[in-house]
Amino acid sequence: MNTITLKKNFFSLISDYAYKNKTFLFITFITPPLAWLGIVYLGSLLILLMHSFFYLDGFTGQIVYKFSFQTLIELFTQRANIDIIIRTIGMASSVTIGSAIIGFPVAYYMAKFTGKKTKAIFYIAVMLPLWSSYLVRVYSWKLILAKEGIINWTFEKLHFSWFLDLVLSLPIIGGPSLSISYIGMFLVFTFIWLPFMIIPIQAALERVPNNLLDASSDLGATPNYTFYKIILPLAMPGIAAGSIFTFSLTLGDYIIPYIIGTSKFFIGQAVYTHQGVAGNIPLAAAFSIVPIIVMGIYIFIAKRLGAFDAL
Amino acid sequence: MTLAVELKNISKIYDNVNALKNVNLKISDGEFFSLLGPSGSGKTTCLKIIAGFEQANQGYVYLFGDEVSNVPPYKRKVNTVFQDYALFPHMSVGQNIGYSLKIRNISKTEQQQQVKEILEIVKLSGYEDRRTNQLSGGQKQRVALARSLINKPKVLLLDEPLGALDLKLREQMQVELKVLQRQFNITFIYVTHDQQEALSMSDRIAVFNEGNIEQVDTPANIYLSPKSSFIANFVGTTNVINKDIASNNFKLTKSFSIRPENISIIKSDKNYDYNCSGSVIESQFQGSLYKIILKTSFNQQFIINSKQPYEINSNIKFGWFEKDIIIFD
Repeated sequence: MNTITLKKNFFSLISDYAYKNKTFLFITFITPPLAWLGIVYLGSLLILLMHSFFYLDGFTGQIVYKFSFQTLIELFTQRANIDIIIRTIGMASSVTIGSAIIGFPVAYYMAKFTGKKTKAIFYIAVMLPLWSSYLVRVYSWKLILAKEGIINWTFEKLHFSWFLDLVLSLPIIGGPSLSISYIGMFLVFTFIWLPFMIIPIQAALERVPNNLLDASSDLGATPNYTFYKIILPLAMPGIAAGSIFTFSLTLGDYIIPYIIGTSKFFIGQAVYTHQGVAGNIPLAAAFSIVPIIVMGIYIFIAKRLGAFDAL
Repeated sequence: MTLAVELKNISKIYDNVNALKNVNLKISDGEFFSLLGPSGSGKTTCLKIIAGFEQANQGYVYLFGDEVSNVPPYKRKVNTVFQDYALFPHMSVGQNIGYSLKIRNISKTEQQQQVKEILEIVKLSGYEDRRTNQLSGGQKQRVALARSLINKPKVLLLDEPLGALDLKLREQMQVELKVLQRQFNITFIYVTHDQQEALSMSDRIAVFNEGNIEQVDTPANIYLSPKSSFIANFVGTTNVINKDIASNNFKLTKSFSIRPENISIIKSDKNYDYNCSGSVIESQFQGSLYKIILKTSFNQQFIINSKQPYEINSNIKFGWFEKDIIIFD
């Protein structure tokens, strides 16, 4: 009769123990990443946020390490700071809505109407922009949107310059050219973050079984009704995930507002300037609280509206 | 008798595969009609064409005399019970069942009333507010059934509705489905690969094989006088003897089949029309009977029934009467 010889060295003993004792195995594997995320990342983030309770001495320009609400009050009372916050949230919201509207049909087509090959091509096409440098993409958009750029040129050749001029003459969102206006900034933000919207929606739609759509139609629902009552609610977790990406990425970005657009600040730029040149780390820290609060409220509302019910 | 559903010269091609080849079918109003066949035989495709989820490449679909070949599903007065139920995961049981009422803009109170009534009929009273993922397979089945029945459709299509249930539950649901069909007096078109299910429930059966309908008949006729060896083999257990073996050993010029229950083990010198012998290669206990598998000297397998087990390799003489064989062309 054959017997299986069991190895009894140190490693096999550990492996046997881990096989039997799953908690031990779990702790061993989860501790390093948790330590990284918890201590290094969240820890430093907390320290930064704590700085918002310190303040800058008006005379010496030194940080005063005493607990105070002075900086936060300054953030939410000074007109310039409030404008920055409103401007950033406004842009982030429009970019999110814009990407969702543009991204949804693409995601739907990818999830429901493509074969293996076409789907792969779509994946590559959606992800391809991410392979090139972020700065390169933004600068190329600067050229595309510039007064001498291809968009202006096309409108000119088609004798539609008047239309572009009309759009650019709109108050607030207009400007001297697309590359120096909120419209241009919106276009660039939407383009740059679009993959982050398409992929989660596509993944959510992929999980919606086709027979649910058949069932809805079978029960008398028009395609329109099926879209609003079945497809959209079931795609909501994907839309929510995608919008969290586009919203938070826009909230924190400082490169696009710096390269495209006007000289008016966004939150990212404010943080960048205050902690760098101005040396006002407390105010920078206070500014960086804003996206966290806004995202918190956003996710809370999304959850309340049932965006994650179909998860 | 009015025709509920009629298919005329229906052909369907999927990715170069001929799923349906020139199928013709007439189903009367109030009938319990089964589409029976192995997987890939075209029975589900046929159902989808009736429901409108698929369009035929050729041919016409009629519902109560109206041509609906190009009419989308939401305009057809048929409802479907799906194989894996297709319940909407983001809605409660009540919302699922009331879905079609909501579409038809029926008042809230009327909706609730009708949902309550239909839940009573499918024996799920008080389940309105449950989430669908809290239900067992059998309960999901009942919800799917209620959702389709609440519309009071003239024709109900059922796509292997009991396929995912265990045997006991399946037998129970078979009875309930029959009762519901009589109670609502609607046409059931029932897709199944389970010949037992089709035989026990249907008024008529269409047997599908590789995109063709081989026979449309009552369960008894399908079982007792199958038109092809495929049907004889697929419906119930049988022994099919091909043409060569038939002509070499049984003085018959055509292929034929003989069912196990018609074969007797010869103990005395009783006279049978056909005699044969073989050695036992398998003896299976089946509850009421033993199923004995034999191999003859000319390499033909026979399945016969016996009240007692036999040793492997033991030799058995068996025979049957002329009247019990089914001859194929």
